[in-house]
Amino acid sequence: MSKPKPLGLLEFVLLAIPCVAVLAVPFFNTLEPSVFGIPFFYWWQLIWVPLSGVFIAIVFKLVVPAGSGD
Amino acid sequence: MNLVATIVFVALFVAITVLGFVSAHWRKGDMSHLHEWGLGGRRFGSWITWFLIGGDLYTAYTFVAVPALVFGAGALGFFALPYTVLVYPLVFAILPRLWVVAKKHNYITASDFVAGRYGSPALAMAIAVTGIVATMPYIALQLVGIQVVIGGLGFSTQGLMGDLPLIIAFVILAAFTYTSGLRAPASIAVVKDLLVYITVIALIVVVPYKLGGFGNIFAAIPKEKLLLPPPKGGNLGLQSFYPTLAFGSALALMLYPHATTAVLSAKGPNTLRRNWVFLPAYSFMLGLIALLGYMAYAAGIAKLPDLAPYFKQYGPQFAMPGLLLHFFPSWFVGLGFAAVAIGALVPAAIMSIAAANLFTRNIYKAYVNPNCSPAKETEMAKLISLLVKFGALLFIVFLPLTYAIQLQLLGGILILQTLPAIVSGIYTRWFDAKALLLGWAAGLIWGIWAASLNGFKTSGYALHLGTMVIPAYIGLYALILNFVVAIVATVALRLLGMANDQDATAAADYAG
Repeated sequence: MSKPKPLGLLEFVLLAIPCVAVLAVPFFNTLEPSVFGIPFFYWWQLIWVPLSGVFIAIVFKLVVPAGSGD
Repeated sequence: MNLVATIVFVALFVAITVLGFVSAHWRKGDMSHLHEWGLGGRRFGSWITWFLIGGDLYTAYTFVAVPALVFGAGALGFFALPYTVLVYPLVFAILPRLWVVAKKHNYITASDFVAGRYGSPALAMAIAVTGIVATMPYIALQLVGIQVVIGGLGFSTQGLMGDLPLIIAFVILAAFTYTSGLRAPASIAVVKDLLVYITVIALIVVVPYKLGGFGNIFAAIPKEKLLLPPPKGGNLGLQSFYPTLAFGSALALMLYPHATTAVLSAKGPNTLRRNWVFLPAYSFMLGLIALLGYMAYAAGIAKLPDLAPYFKQYGPQFAMPGLLLHFFPSWFVGLGFAAVAIGALVPAAIMSIAAANLFTRNIYKAYVNPNCSPAKETEMAKLISLLVKFGALLFIVFLPLTYAIQLQLLGGILILQTLPAIVSGIYTRWFDAKALLLGWAAGLIWGIWAASLNGFKTSGYALHLGTMVIPAYIGLYALILNFVVAIVATVALRLLGMANDQDATAAADYAG
């Protein structure tokens, strides 16, 4: 069984993207564009929850060899 | 008293109690070893780990406090969301390495790791004491969730009789944690999470439907509540406080002893990595729960004659229970309230186990009885887990609730000061133990002082830089000071030739 690779620069950047997205307050601290009546401030932060999962999944695929145990 | 709701509530609580006791036999190991009682034998697979960490981090208090914060403070209360988005990328990079080295050296706590990595029982004890102190008010707060829903069922929560349901709940919790260890919250977490998901999904579908959609809900909220106020005359205000609070809280979360306990009980590092992909599902739910605060506001339930007395007694904390009472039939109210109460037991159990592990390993075994047998060690931990819970109970029965809330706020600032020793240690052995201890002390002292400036009521400190004023989370400012002191002191100790390079771990111990 091969061991997972250590995180490289690409992996760190991928993990940092969702973090930056929810920390950039001046960018998302607005009401418009709203979606289904939900202001931008709220839906922008909400969609980054599943999106962060997608970014982490990509990093998982990059570092953990297929068929690794546990 | 709401009879139907109470019957459903009690029935679910009894079922959970039985489950808690029988779970001792689940994948049974030799329960006289601490890693069996206190870490479930490090055998939990992906699914159980998902439920356990989810049940552990998204506590019952969260379900009550987050909507309450949004209901009362508006946009600021939404910081819980960026907070939970930040957690998983951070832990993905850090905690699998801790799991691997902990397994290799049979470390049960983060302080065990610090003791081995730096050859310094003193530093390990400082970390352990910080963890225990930060955890105690957190356990006490779990009781608040139970108290609010028992009040919502129509029982008085005043006086000694009013505390009786709480005392019963805690005796049950203490008994099954004592016999079953970490296996009890792990099995209960599965049921608890199902109940929570059912409740939240029902709330999030039914309430906006009855209120005429999200457009109507947000239209009913005053504009100034919906966004963070813009900077005024060089003062960044909430614009800097909001992201630093989210970031600092995310860092603090992974340092809490109960987080370490849940993480180390996983079967392997890939089980954890897989979990960080799927745990955001809980965060999404948390975001929806936060919006319940606005729904309660838009529905105006605080002013309804039948609910107003509750809001008078419990304040904004009644937002979520109030929505359930107003929009749902009694049996469903019972189910939703049971979800909150059972949701309090899972983290409370894990927290008390984590605090017990810390005391036993890093204070009792390190200083009092170094030669104790594994069986004696486990016996000690079980006893301490009882003491910790009893302390939390006394706390909530005899002290005003605001103390628990303020101490929990302070606990976050304190636990953050263990980051340089634990997280840096996972990656590098550059720091010196004495320097880390000095940094820890500096961070603690400054943090407590800064929190005392506003009477421990809020966790913000306004830093004046020239003409700029930058309010930010105290824990984060204290952490910066902590790092600066640790770096300067490490350099000084190395120049003086007084640094200690003892290390029980090797670089290869971290890969996997």
